[in-house]
Amino acid sequence: MVFIIINGEGSRGDGRSFNELRSLKIESGVLKRADGSAYLEMGGNKILAAVYGPRESFIKRLLKPNTGVIRCKYNMAPFSVDDRKRPGPDRRSIEISKITAEALRPSLLLENFPHSMIDVSIEIIEAEGGTRCAGITAAAVALADAGIPMKDIVVGCAAGKVNDEIVLDLSEKEDKEGQSDVPIAIMPRTNEITLLQTDGILTEDELKLAIDLAIDGCHEISKIQKDALKKRYLSNF
Amino acid sequence: MNIIPEITRESITQIINDGERVDGRTFDQYRGIQIETDIISKAEGSARAKIGYTQVIAGVKVSIGEPFPDTPNLGVLITNTEVLPIADPSFEPGPPNEDSVELARVVDRAIRESGMIDLEKLCIEEGRKVWMLFVDLHIIDYDGNLFDTATLAAVSALLNTKLPKTTLDDGEVIINDEIKEELVLNNKVTMSTFVKIGDKMVLDPSLEEETILDGRLSVGVTESGKICAMQKGGDKSLLKEDIFEAVNMAISKSKELIKEIDS
Amino acid sequence: MIHVEDKGLVVPGEILAEEGYYSGRGTFKDGESIFSSLTGLVSLKNKKISVIPLKSKYLPKRGDVVIGKITDIRFSIWEVDLNSPYSGILPASEVFGRAKKDLSRVFGLGDVLFLRIVDVDEVNKVRLGLKGRGMGKFREGILTNITPTKVPRLIGKKGSMINMIKESTNCKIVVGQNGLVWIKGDKKMELITKKIIKMVDDESHTSGLTDRIKRRLYLITHGEELPEEDFNEDCTTDESDLDDTSDVSDEEYFESPKIENFKENLNGEDLSEDSSLSNEEKK
Repeated sequence: MVFIIINGEGSRGDGRSFNELRSLKIESGVLKRADGSAYLEMGGNKILAAVYGPRESFIKRLLKPNTGVIRCKYNMAPFSVDDRKRPGPDRRSIEISKITAEALRPSLLLENFPHSMIDVSIEIIEAEGGTRCAGITAAAVALADAGIPMKDIVVGCAAGKVNDEIVLDLSEKEDKEGQSDVPIAIMPRTNEITLLQTDGILTEDELKLAIDLAIDGCHEISKIQKDALKKRYLSNF
Repeated sequence: MNIIPEITRESITQIINDGERVDGRTFDQYRGIQIETDIISKAEGSARAKIGYTQVIAGVKVSIGEPFPDTPNLGVLITNTEVLPIADPSFEPGPPNEDSVELARVVDRAIRESGMIDLEKLCIEEGRKVWMLFVDLHIIDYDGNLFDTATLAAVSALLNTKLPKTTLDDGEVIINDEIKEELVLNNKVTMSTFVKIGDKMVLDPSLEEETILDGRLSVGVTESGKICAMQKGGDKSLLKEDIFEAVNMAISKSKELIKEIDS
Repeated sequence: MIHVEDKGLVVPGEILAEEGYYSGRGTFKDGESIFSSLTGLVSLKNKKISVIPLKSKYLPKRGDVVIGKITDIRFSIWEVDLNSPYSGILPASEVFGRAKKDLSRVFGLGDVLFLRIVDVDEVNKVRLGLKGRGMGKFREGILTNITPTKVPRLIGKKGSMINMIKESTNCKIVVGQNGLVWIKGDKKMELITKKIIKMVDDESHTSGLTDRIKRRLYLITHGEELPEEDFNEDCTTDESDLDDTSDVSDEEYFESPKIENFKENLNGEDLSEDSSLSNEEKK
């Protein structure tokens, strides 16, 4: 039996309680050229996501005869981090691109789009911890904005272990200094998990706690995703 | 794949020959310009510039490095653009293509040759330690005229760039992150881009105009009204008259753009 | 039990109804419940729930009339961009019959055509044809576009919206079901028409749109506001225009403006008399 001691308020560097998200803002339809787009700010993260497609692709080997396919590109701006990041993909961003596509794919209903490709771009304009989850959250809004049929709007959020405590939505500092990080993504209607990674030591109980906490976080974020999609049309009604 | 319908080319050209433009602007009129500065707290300087829907984010990052051997007393300026797949359906991920390299180099030339940045002041210890400025231009939404938008973003980002104070102590560089000093700038530079369609020179091409252009000319102008960089593009030729028409217009437009940067 | 109202705005995954309702386009069933799969507006007809997307790509459907752009010319086909994830092919036989001709003499790269979708196979390969009133190549005019799912709104009930725009602007307008629209008339009016179509696109989900379009058109063409007494109260009846595209197979409104026929084009190219096309005509 593991005892998780909750110190209450003020135990985290930024004054959040263990189950509190950073401030979050999402806007949909922010780009002119893209078929769908979203802008997200969460804590110090600033993220843009754009969707092009479904469309024809010249990379025939990626296409499938019975369904559409999704391709993601996660990219960090050189000025998004403290030490300038060299432009272009590195191993980290290639991995995140892959798991992002896999996190989003289960929600999409693409059987009416055989032989077609959906391209998702996620641009990290400024990074402050948890960009992969926030990127997935933004990308899902962009996909829904683009009119891509889907079962649910995927949402991502992380929990982790910091100072022996399981906390929600790790900031950059907590991520660096913490003991473990558990980013997940879910389809909130059914709580099916579409992304799960862990990085650092956890007991089984701690993992369960972290996943449950992250799922709660996802549900909160999900509401803001839906509001973002509706807001741009409701102002017109 | 990107084939322009023949009737689109014809109709745009005809409207321009009749003295008008598809979006109702005059030949020497910019679309709406918006500049926001200091938008990225992790960058030493940053700005977002929009001309119409075209959108570029510029971030300035700094680090201490060695000067080039042939300029041991000068700081280093590096301008880089990323033309991202987010901005246009035809942009593919991958290494920078010709267009994006050209864009970065033209913006770099305008900034460098205007003398806007006093590179000598970026020298910490001659021959050993200088400030390196990285101006990264992130193309977010491409709706025509990246040159002018990117220049506005880069100049605005440089204008709010702050460097940590450095002191030399016995050959050691000491960086004091507590004290930030503004980057000393001598000048400002703007760029105005024209395209030739039919026999007219048209300022600030929209995406549609850019896709049918015969020739393109970008003119970099300093705050004092001098030309500091130019670039001709496009598959067709320009006449001398076209060039001077553009230069004249660029010089007068520069004041307008500087007002936007300053506000 | 129903959770939403007709024309309500919904997002993917949102519950629409439980038990006793049928799942239409833009929705899916999970158990007895029906959920939205799109960002769009609910359409409730009897017990059938559908969601009309606010943005979407055109999916080619057999029998549709579309506007396409020639993007490639090969040995015996033209390749046509249809503003869709799927391009189409126009076989040379549609134009020449069995005769072998130089394709580029008839339709060149960048030409814009009004076509019919003859067939779509199971992997969405699209075969195009030119049989039908007004089919062929557009000359002059301008192209604009509208979200394909909003084409019915642009047409209006029995063509009410599109006819109103045509009458006020004096432009010929051809609407493709793939969301491309061709406009030809006075150069200034062409641009005004383009703006009006953009307005329909942006505001298609709002009520009283026909009324606002009418007032805007009047203002543009008369230079003054529409007098109150001229305002027709029945404009509110257009609410149901935003509906399944399947309901507007009313071809008259897609085809009505007679445009230059490709056959005239062929004559202009001085093709030999004995082409199989002429044979067909003789029949």
